[in-house]
Amino acid sequence: MRGDPLEFITYISEHEEQFLRLLGQHLQVTLLSVAIGIAIALPLAVVVVRVDRLAKPMTTLANVGQTIPSLAILGLMLPILGIGFLPTLFALTIRAILPIFLNAYVGIRGVDRAVVDAARGMGTSNSQLLLLVELPLASPVIFAGIQTATVQNIGIATLAAYIGGGGLGDLILQGLAMLDTSVLLAGAVPVALLAMVTEIILGRLRRVVVPRGLQIDIK
Amino acid sequence: MIALEHLSKVFTSHGQTVAAVDDVNLEVGEGELHVLIGPSGSGKTTTMRMINRLETPTSGRITIDGRDVRTLDVVELRRSIGYVIQQGGLLPHFTVAENVAMVPRLLGWKRQQRRERAHELLALVGLPPERFADRYPRQLSGGQQQRVGVARALAADPPIVLMDEPFGAVDPITRKQLQRELRRIQGEVKKTIVFVTHDIAEAFLLGDRIVLMSEGRVVQNGPPADLLRRPAAPYVTAFIGEDRGLRALAYTSLSEVAMAVPNAVPVTGAILPGTLSLVEAGRELVAVGPANGDGFWVGDEVGNPSGYVTYRQFATEIAERLAAEGVVGESAEAVMADAVPR
Amino acid sequence: MRYLVEHPERVLQLTADHVRIVGISILVAAAIGIPIGIVVTRLRWLEGPILTSSGVLYTVPSLALFAILIPYTGLGASTAIVALVLYSLLAIVRNTVAGIDGVPPAALDAARGMGMTGRQLLVLVELPLALPVILAGVRLATVAAIGIATIAAVIGAGGLGRLIFDGIRLIDPEPIVAGTVVASALALSADWALARLGIVLRRDLGRSAGEG
Repeated sequence: MRGDPLEFITYISEHEEQFLRLLGQHLQVTLLSVAIGIAIALPLAVVVVRVDRLAKPMTTLANVGQTIPSLAILGLMLPILGIGFLPTLFALTIRAILPIFLNAYVGIRGVDRAVVDAARGMGTSNSQLLLLVELPLASPVIFAGIQTATVQNIGIATLAAYIGGGGLGDLILQGLAMLDTSVLLAGAVPVALLAMVTEIILGRLRRVVVPRGLQIDIK
Repeated sequence: MIALEHLSKVFTSHGQTVAAVDDVNLEVGEGELHVLIGPSGSGKTTTMRMINRLETPTSGRITIDGRDVRTLDVVELRRSIGYVIQQGGLLPHFTVAENVAMVPRLLGWKRQQRRERAHELLALVGLPPERFADRYPRQLSGGQQQRVGVARALAADPPIVLMDEPFGAVDPITRKQLQRELRRIQGEVKKTIVFVTHDIAEAFLLGDRIVLMSEGRVVQNGPPADLLRRPAAPYVTAFIGEDRGLRALAYTSLSEVAMAVPNAVPVTGAILPGTLSLVEAGRELVAVGPANGDGFWVGDEVGNPSGYVTYRQFATEIAERLAAEGVVGESAEAVMADAVPR
Repeated sequence: MRYLVEHPERVLQLTADHVRIVGISILVAAAIGIPIGIVVTRLRWLEGPILTSSGVLYTVPSLALFAILIPYTGLGASTAIVALVLYSLLAIVRNTVAGIDGVPPAALDAARGMGMTGRQLLVLVELPLALPVILAGVRLATVAAIGIATIAAVIGAGGLGRLIFDGIRLIDPEPIVAGTVVASALALSADWALARLGIVLRRDLGRSAGEG
């Protein structure tokens, strides 16, 4: 390894266009995978909460799925979907579904039985029970799942470079290949900052999303 | 009117069948408050939950004003029946006013109309709306949450209200207060109420009729005084418990023990209403202090003197009732000391 | 599965590497993290900064963290171990704090009443009672580390990630499946074993509490 660790800033400014393109790819595949993940995992969780005998197999499947290394999921897409954006998106979406599904399931199941009972007794239809009671009350836990999935996928998207999916991982890969610290860090430092900032922003946003009545410090 | 006919509910768990409710027959008349009481597992809650179809009967049927509840749309049925549960079951993410206006919202009322109704009901249950309407359930005490629960059940003005141990989770002093409030409210709104509790004092205080259940069956169904005077089974006496003597005093009115007016006695001092129980009369006497003479006057419905009770006779009536119920020793003396001015 | 049958020695060798990297990392993380957790319960003002910084550190993508460490620790297993220790600290510190905080006040009162010193209180009461919760943290950290360690193959640390990278390079699912299956099996058995250990510990604690 050679070079001054802070030289990566010079590298980024000299290759601004390339850097922004890779950053764009990174954000695009992350956000899209989380969005699709929500669209699949949330309805799935609602169904599994309603159909009791699906609960055990589905949560076990999700838990075992969590132990499969992300790198392996990416690698296994290669023979099926080839290289590039699509296999990356596919792998990241699978990864996003797991935490969002588990959190949504646990969140909805965790809604106070007495509250659900009272709401049913008042004559809420199934969809009203879901929209007016269960989802709002589970929203803090569901949101935490989305937060986990987003930050985690920013990380996994760096691995996409190995299957030609682009993103900031490209720079890390180049840096490793060329044994050039400035290129390595031009990918690594921004992606680390991106993950941290996303975590902090989503953490703040959680307070906006959580219904006021559920915030403990209300007085 | 609600009618339960040969109602049974069998649960199956771990291959064993348990009859939670076993051939229950009940009629709850319009504007009456019936208390279902019994130990846990006696089937009282299950019986109640079959009325708004939160549970499905295994056999038998329930009719409301002659219509079988199974033929009604379940969602509409529930919206037409108020429902109060322990700790209120309030929705924590809605404000107090939004909670109260929940059923009107489900019924599609306009926002302004809902808000007015919520305020009206909060005032009825003793929560000034200007202070409470926009708070969240977590900002209220247990007793206040319970009041909101009652207000919510009344919001759409349902003819029927089901209450499942509504005051079970609050401290004894608050509970007493809520019970008195419910009596006042019921006096105003005259709903048909089915009230589940395991608190015998609560049952006697609130019930027009008490339905005592055990192991899924009705052991006795009658007015409170009947359970005291004519228990249908030893179980009834056992369940009502050791302080039944005191309860007997609470259910004997002054007019029952007053003698016809003796001509020689002048009408002086306070005239106590004939509707007072012996316990209440005793407290009243302690409060006003002994009048001249050997007793006090009892009034009729409009307050005219209609009978006379001597202190000696009053003490005897109390002592006899306590003795008859097997209450002896210190507690009898305590009651006497409390009841009879010296 | 064919790869497993055809190359048993290589798979075994890489599995051993993998276990060694994860094992060393978790031991070091526990040796650092548990004392930090104890210090946090004594110096409460440290809780915010320490938990926040380890939480933020946890969000840094593993490939990026490896890359950032390379200028200091070079290529190879040592960089992988440093990174895995950093990741594991969060769960271990957090659970140590939660475990000690969860000790029933009555137990503490009784121990103080018997005249225990602060050190005796920690060693004889707080740590034993907090152990199941601390162990749960170790368990979380271990399962996560087994997954993250696969990526360490990129920086020449060896381990099961090598099989996955081989597969990606050759566009051959066989080694990928082999690496995945072994890594997942490793994670699941570590999870199971540590969970069992937790149950046994809780039971023993329950029994000694019952006897005492």
